Amino acid sequence: MTRLSNAFTKPHPALVCFLTAGDGDTAANLDALVEGGADVIELGMPFTDPMADGPAIQQANIRSLGAGTTTADVLRIAAEFRARHAQVPLVLMGYANPMIRRGPDWFASAAKDAGVDGVICVDIPPEEDDALGPALRAAGIAPIRLATPTTDDRRLPAVVEGSQGFLYYVAVAGITGMQQAAIESIEANVTRIKRATAIPVAVGFGVRTPEQAGEIARVADGVVVGSALVELVAEHGTDAPAHLRELTAGLAKAVHSAAKGAA
Amino acid sequence: MGIAMTDSTPNSFRNQPDERGHFGDYGGRFVAETLMPLVLDLEREYRAAQTDPEFQREFDDLLEHYVGRPSPLYFAERLTEALGGAQVWFKRDELNHTGAHKINNCIGQILLAIRMGKTRIIAETGAGQHGVATATVCARFGLPCVVYMGAEDVRRQSPNVFRMKLLGAEVVPVTSGRGTLKDAMNEGLRDWVANVHDTFYIIGTAAGPHPYPELVRDFQSVIGKEARQQMQDRIGRLPDLLVAAIGGGSNALGLFHPFLDDPDVKMLGVEAAGHGLDGDEHAASLLGGFPGVLHGNRTYLLQDEDGQITEGHSISAGLDYPGIGPEHAWLKDMERVEYTAITDEEALEAFQLLCRTEGIIPALEPSHAIAAVAKRAKDMPKDSVILANLCGRGDKDIFTVAERLGVNI
Repeated sequence: MTRLSNAFTKPHPALVCFLTAGDGDTAANLDALVEGGADVIELGMPFTDPMADGPAIQQANIRSLGAGTTTADVLRIAAEFRARHAQVPLVLMGYANPMIRRGPDWFASAAKDAGVDGVICVDIPPEEDDALGPALRAAGIAPIRLATPTTDDRRLPAVVEGSQGFLYYVAVAGITGMQQAAIESIEANVTRIKRATAIPVAVGFGVRTPEQAGEIARVADGVVVGSALVELVAEHGTDAPAHLRELTAGLAKAVHSAAKGAA
Repeated sequence: MGIAMTDSTPNSFRNQPDERGHFGDYGGRFVAETLMPLVLDLEREYRAAQTDPEFQREFDDLLEHYVGRPSPLYFAERLTEALGGAQVWFKRDELNHTGAHKINNCIGQILLAIRMGKTRIIAETGAGQHGVATATVCARFGLPCVVYMGAEDVRRQSPNVFRMKLLGAEVVPVTSGRGTLKDAMNEGLRDWVANVHDTFYIIGTAAGPHPYPELVRDFQSVIGKEARQQMQDRIGRLPDLLVAAIGGGSNALGLFHPFLDDPDVKMLGVEAAGHGLDGDEHAASLLGGFPGVLHGNRTYLLQDEDGQITEGHSISAGLDYPGIGPEHAWLKDMERVEYTAITDEEALEAFQLLCRTEGIIPALEPSHAIAAVAKRAKDMPKDSVILANLCGRGDKDIFTVAERLGVNI
């Protein structure tokens, strides 16, 4: 068992919480997510061109890079988090170019040393897996793939193949932080994906409130929340931890009390 | 003039990309999963179109009667005299409908969009030439058109913004980043990912995820195919040197590709050196960048040591992009094409030189190519022949040039 798989073998669905590294006091903000009840931490690597992200996370990327955040800073934030929270799974999420700049092996090894459990790379589909996937697997880091409403049954096997940790189902064909998908569509797609793989399926994109999270948790193994948390960092700055803790606690309560497979 | 089928001859420079859309180490399909099924559909549809005589016929017919092809091949006699070396010839793609080479590609892509049943068109634009060309074909085929354009480019290319609006397009100014071409492309990709069901993205250069670099090159190759035949007809031989400006690289590939397997034809791609390659204020991805992944393909990029993309600079909005089509990255590594760079100042001088010697106001993009021609021609024998692509006319740039020359118009 790994830290990541442990998060999905609890008796309740997992809450996955996203923040952009280097946007505000990331250490204090991440601690607040853990205290609020997050089961998995997703740490965003800032990038100049976050083309799959909506305005909230775009702004977080700009704030972080504007504050001078480097790849070394992101890895240091991860390593310090790992030192404070030995058991909480930590996933890096970002775009290909910062991850492969010094070579995929360098990145996989540095991420492993920083205590990272998984990597989500938005713009490396299965067709380009060799750009990063083999290096991650060799280092013992889970490459977490994304499936979307447009991932038809013809390509689903390729998406699932080589995917580890969990599969991230992107509930809307669109960018982060915008509209929420209908629960019927989410349920049908999660069911379809789970027929193709044994690994857990977490659902994200457009999930903002405990009510939405609780509803999704009834049909999935995990729920991912990002933009709503990132907006609290933007709004409250150094006072963000208290607000993050409060929203995360509400999300965790809703997600954790949803019985798996109740729908 | 048909669309190129990939040449299967071994050791050919014309047999790229491979079946995964890779040009050697470059190219590929680095897009979000949401777009992958669409990109695969586009490839299937393009393969079908390549072998469909009706598609070819419609493409050729529109190029002839709507765009005005073939474009002339012109011997620039007075420029040649002024330079005192090689004969300089121009492929006059600035005489196309809409004033640049961009329309060749837009005709091909909108025919593909219609084949695929798409009902909404989006595009990004830098100088506005691709935006105008896209708005034009959308008006011609009655499809709604949204053009993403960096806010800074909207300011410096206001005549083209007005043209697009006249043609019925919605122009969306993009304020993220520095408000230039790369930011417009990010916004185009965000729109596409949210509207995959009905929207076709007409990419303006030979970059982006496979099959875009290949199909844009093929649609633009009409330039080189015509030029090759015209050179044979006019002087009975091929040119010694081809020269073209490079932003994303589509006009250069369009000219170069049909000549790639002619070993005696040398080729020179001209990047924008902005204020100079020794600083950060340039847009020369090949000469001043490193390989990386952006906007769907692996290619040379302007970036820092952490892989953050740095903003290009050029006096020419059409060259101000931190990436380059992946086929150019491959041709550079293969040393089949030589690449150089021209500064803003040199391009401005060349712009004025062509105005005064030939009575042609060129766009700032081909002014870079003309500046490189001026440097090379002097050192070449008088019986040698340079063919440069005059890929756009300069009407859109007169305000920028006036500002730089200190003239208030």
